[in-house]
Amino acid sequence: MSKRVILILKAIAHLVCIAPLLQLLHFYTSGALVLDPDPVAYITHFTGDWALWMLLASLAITPLRRLSPRIAWLIRFRRLIGLYAFFYASLHLATYVFLFSGYDLPTVLAGIHSGHPGIVLDEWKMVWPHIWDDVLKRRFIQVGFTAWLILLALAVTSPAFIMRAMGGKNWQRLHRLVYAAGIAAVIHYWWLVKTGVRTPWKVTAVLVILLLARAAYSLAKRFSRPRQPLVVAKN
Amino acid sequence: MLLRRSGNLESAIHSSDITPQDAFERYRRQRRFVIGGAATLTAGAFAASYLPELFFPSTTVHAQELPSTPGKYNTTENQTPFAKATHYNNFYEFGTEKSDPAKNAHTLKTRPWTVQITGMVKKPQTIDIEKILKYRPIESRIYRHRCVEAWSMVIPWEGYSLSEFINLCEPLPSAKFVQFISLVDKKQMPDLPGGYDWPYSEGLRLDEAMNPLALLTFGCYGQVLPNQNGAPIRVVMPWKYGFKNAKSIVRLHFTDKQPKTTWNEINSQEYGFYSNVNPQVDHPRWTQSRERRIDSSAFPKTIPTQMFNGYADQVASLYNGMNLKRYY
Repeated sequence: MSKRVILILKAIAHLVCIAPLLQLLHFYTSGALVLDPDPVAYITHFTGDWALWMLLASLAITPLRRLSPRIAWLIRFRRLIGLYAFFYASLHLATYVFLFSGYDLPTVLAGIHSGHPGIVLDEWKMVWPHIWDDVLKRRFIQVGFTAWLILLALAVTSPAFIMRAMGGKNWQRLHRLVYAAGIAAVIHYWWLVKTGVRTPWKVTAVLVILLLARAAYSLAKRFSRPRQPLVVAKN
Repeated sequence: MLLRRSGNLESAIHSSDITPQDAFERYRRQRRFVIGGAATLTAGAFAASYLPELFFPSTTVHAQELPSTPGKYNTTENQTPFAKATHYNNFYEFGTEKSDPAKNAHTLKTRPWTVQITGMVKKPQTIDIEKILKYRPIESRIYRHRCVEAWSMVIPWEGYSLSEFINLCEPLPSAKFVQFISLVDKKQMPDLPGGYDWPYSEGLRLDEAMNPLALLTFGCYGQVLPNQNGAPIRVVMPWKYGFKNAKSIVRLHFTDKQPKTTWNEINSQEYGFYSNVNPQVDHPRWTQSRERRIDSSAFPKTIPTQMFNGYADQVASLYNGMNLKRYY
């Protein structure tokens, strides 16, 4: 596939990945979000869902491209989609910090408009003990935050020059943590829903299939490796 | 104006300027691809603009007025808009998402409806809803409503004190608790989720139930209860977490033992029998010291939660000497 086609496809991939955010913004500006009974919960679930779906999409690339050499070019989109997973996960975290935790965003925005930028920090000083308390006490926040930290590490080390500086082996070792992030994200989902609610089962099934596909591939590779030719000494 | 003076067009074109046929074909393929991609995106964006309609289908609400006189227990805080209070409901019999009951509860049949009175009563009986409605004058009460999930609303309810109805039921002196049992009917509730021990059951100590704040409820916002809000008859105890307020009640059972209640059976660590609103006792997965007040804004304020949801003056004496950290 030519460089230009890849470039065009990447532009389209960017548009597709940014589309959910644009939809959310449209939802806000059109006034539909105000009509939602609990807009903060809506934004929290929206960004969380997309972070998870993007992460699964990036995890799907490797097993998919192994299906046929004709779609080997898919690998060029793995980093892009992975970075969008981090992007939506960061929006999800920001929603928790600035909309969920008690941080009074409307007042802060009004304060900035009226020339009191200090309110940004004042408000933060007020809510961070709550947030810290939450992080220390709640395991579903701990596991979700862990997933975000992993994605942060992978995002920071994603540029090619850092990969070269780290050396391929080390880089690959670090980036295998993406599986841990995927598992942590799904556990985060299970731990936050109420007993008896099974909505996370679909993403769980997808994650399990993607992980099994990898296991099956490496097993198949081990057994199909050509045997060393047996050299029998002839005397 | 810029005009090019060229006598001979042929000589002005170099062979290097001519696009080779195969490159031109490739370019056309790419262009088709880009146009196709753009068209798909446009179609996607177009579809996305209709999403709000998907989320909020414009259902017709057959509002039926419920006349009432103003009661004395009213908060003056801003009321939650009617549309939000009727599209954000935990009524698991109609689906586990909070948007589900508004979509699904139209299958609930609220007439004919009777309420059975069983257990430790002078005379077990079955009472028709019309008789219950007319038994006492309907008053309106604007209550704070605090969900165990850390969001809250301000809702005007219509009904009369549960104590009046309990007196009609004539419980025996030995009765110490009252249990509320909600309707379960697979035919009317096709989305009834598995994994729960239906019917939904809630309960109160009898002295709690006799507190004048406990409201036997038939309406909200001046009209007959919408199905998703627990039509045709429910209870509201504003000092307790919302799930205590059993909906669509078909039976009151009087007993001397603490009755089994649905959420307490599912997860007793997260949902106690008492479940009084208490900012000092956290839910295992989140703090109960704050709540998100559902109002008409896009980014509602998070406000501190009050002990007994601000009704301590009326109800705190019910729990004198009780360790509320243990009996949460």
